Amino acid sequence: MKNYDTLLEDLAPKKFGKRGTIWTLFLSVIVIAGLIAYIDQVIKGQVVTNMRDYALWGIYISNFVFFVATSFVGSVTVAILRLTNNNWRTPLVRIAEIISLAAIVMAGITIMIDMGRPDRLLNLFIYARLQSPITWDVIIVPTSIALSFLLLYFPLLPDLAILKKHYSKTKPKLSNWYGKLALNWTGSPAQKLIQEKSIKIIAILIIPVGIILQTIDAWLFSTTYRIGWDSTNMGAYFISGAFVAGVGALIAVVYVIRRVRKLENYISDYHFDKMGKFLGLACLTYLYFNINEYLLPIFTAPVEEDIHLNALVSGEYAFLFWFAQIVGLLLPLLIVLFKNGRKPFPMFVVGMMVVVGSWWKRYVIVTPTLLHPFLPIEGVPESWHHYFPSIHEWLITAATLAMCMLIITFLVRFLPVIPIQRTAEERDMLKNTKNTES
Amino acid sequence: MEDNNKNSRRKFLDKGLKLGLATAIGGMAISKISKLSAKSNTNTGELVELMTTDGTLIQVDASEIVEIVTATDPDIQYNVREGIPNRKFVMVIDLAKCKNALKCVSACNKHHYVTGENAWLKVHKMQESEDTAPYWMPRTCMHCDQPACVTVCPVDATFKRRDGLVLIDNERCIGCRFCMAACPYSIRVFNWAEPEQEITLNMDHNMDMGSQHHMHASPDYAGVPSIKGTVDKCDFCPHAIKENELPHCVTACPNGVFYFGDKYEDTVTNGEETLRLSKLLEDKAGYRLLEELGTAPSVYYLPPVNRLVDFEDGLENYKEFESVEKPAES
Repeated sequence: MKNYDTLLEDLAPKKFGKRGTIWTLFLSVIVIAGLIAYIDQVIKGQVVTNMRDYALWGIYISNFVFFVATSFVGSVTVAILRLTNNNWRTPLVRIAEIISLAAIVMAGITIMIDMGRPDRLLNLFIYARLQSPITWDVIIVPTSIALSFLLLYFPLLPDLAILKKHYSKTKPKLSNWYGKLALNWTGSPAQKLIQEKSIKIIAILIIPVGIILQTIDAWLFSTTYRIGWDSTNMGAYFISGAFVAGVGALIAVVYVIRRVRKLENYISDYHFDKMGKFLGLACLTYLYFNINEYLLPIFTAPVEEDIHLNALVSGEYAFLFWFAQIVGLLLPLLIVLFKNGRKPFPMFVVGMMVVVGSWWKRYVIVTPTLLHPFLPIEGVPESWHHYFPSIHEWLITAATLAMCMLIITFLVRFLPVIPIQRTAEERDMLKNTKNTES
Repeated sequence: MEDNNKNSRRKFLDKGLKLGLATAIGGMAISKISKLSAKSNTNTGELVELMTTDGTLIQVDASEIVEIVTATDPDIQYNVREGIPNRKFVMVIDLAKCKNALKCVSACNKHHYVTGENAWLKVHKMQESEDTAPYWMPRTCMHCDQPACVTVCPVDATFKRRDGLVLIDNERCIGCRFCMAACPYSIRVFNWAEPEQEITLNMDHNMDMGSQHHMHASPDYAGVPSIKGTVDKCDFCPHAIKENELPHCVTACPNGVFYFGDKYEDTVTNGEETLRLSKLLEDKAGYRLLEELGTAPSVYYLPPVNRLVDFEDGLENYKEFESVEKPAES
């Protein structure tokens, strides 16, 4: 019993410390700044961005792709590890579910920021045409949001009931909230059966939905005639890239939460070792598709594609391209091959490298292609030949990233980041309490 | 017993309803038929002589004659999304005649009130490789028969008409710019800011044709007015075609580079000479831009052979970074 109490004490949500408050305020300031920038963009038009007729998409789109990719972590870690009975996932799944939900919600918001006429959002439903990849996105993104939410919520029910009880005396108001959210969870066998079945269905559903989401995202690009996008490799390339980005984000977030919440007893070196190996697998897969995407065309690339590839490999975008490839893929792969590289701190560094590399990788996928059209770029101001985001774009993009982290922060603040019930069960602590609990 | 009773009642109800329904439908059908037969019975007995398309004379009862609703009232025959019936508009651009006079560009900018920095119609300075000859290539919208832009539009804002034109409904466009990404010819232009046509171009005073028909933006007169956050492009000037006039670039060109016409009629004209389209394409080896992509453009190019003008003559007009002349500050 004593064990269980400490467990509960450890895993129950905690108030922000000083650092937490500063962090939250910091994120809020960024979000507000971005909001102001966005309002300005709506008033003046997207002329405040540095996008123009040739670089017609910019970091709003690459940031959207980044969010979509990151949200894949829910599908891979939670669902796949669940279906393959990998038990080391237990302390990590909730964090993965939280990241997944925050990322896909922000993906939905980010894509709207790119719209020239956000006031006509409803046209997407009123005049929807099924052959447009954007309509596919309109269908799959809300589906993913709903599924990610359920994947977070359903396994949470027993924990919410536990928290209700835990706070019933100390914080009756909070306890009341947990109680409402717990949907009268008593832990009866009938409820457990329903819950288990539902989670199983969601976990199975979220794999195809996740794969479809990534693929549609890739098809946004590969359904055009553009050099560098018009590739049958895109779908698989994006899925493997999302695998890397998602696991990278998971590792980074898990490390921070573990430190701040002092969860070393629950998330140990063992878990980082496992995640490291998992990331290694992801990187190898991604490397394979990168070779397909960038190395193979050397043999048969037509002139235009050659120009495009040269701009990436040794031209205008060489720095970003190699940064994304080396920092976001090759170095992490190398580091996680070593046992010491899979220790918590090196893993955190690797996770951050992967996240930053992944973000810039999307930039490198979106921008250079647009600036290599078939016909020459002529008759437009010199500045239209290049693209680098404006202050408005940076502010708004930073705000979306901050908002994503803010969602994660608040979910971590109010939800048990490690499943209490499951952990207790796995540690055999609930033998006695089970009955009293229910 | 009770069960049986219930069943039989249910059966009765079921059959009764079906029978009732059948009677109702039947009754309606009979009344329809009787009306039809009644109509055909009211022959006037007056016969009218008509000639069929193959020249045979026939006689038809006067009551059978129904007037075809046509052509005279443009509002009746012309649906902006359907286009002008039985036409297929094409353009031929003779590269041998182009010397980068840029009159097409300025006429297009003027008539469509282009205020941005990217003209809809541009003249590219082309040279495939170092050893091949340079030439000037005017580039309009290709009005593809397999338009990539139309395929990807999520809201049917850009659409393909039966007469071949690809147009934009700026009242519906959501500004996602997917069409711009999809267009391999990079012809589409976005209104990044408020176009401010009335300020820079005194559009209120200048709106000659526009003011009659369009209080709002209309797909068949692009740019009148342009709308912030939506896509614009060359529209083949349906507002002119409708009035049996040629697009502005065709009439503006001093060198007769642009031919415009109807593929079904197999004729194109540049305003001075009218030619058979098929013969012209055959004689001068016409081709289409990026044919290999399968977009099936409606614009044909005649290769720059036997040129009447020197390529260098066009260089004095060439501006790499400007296609829309800004009106002088006043």
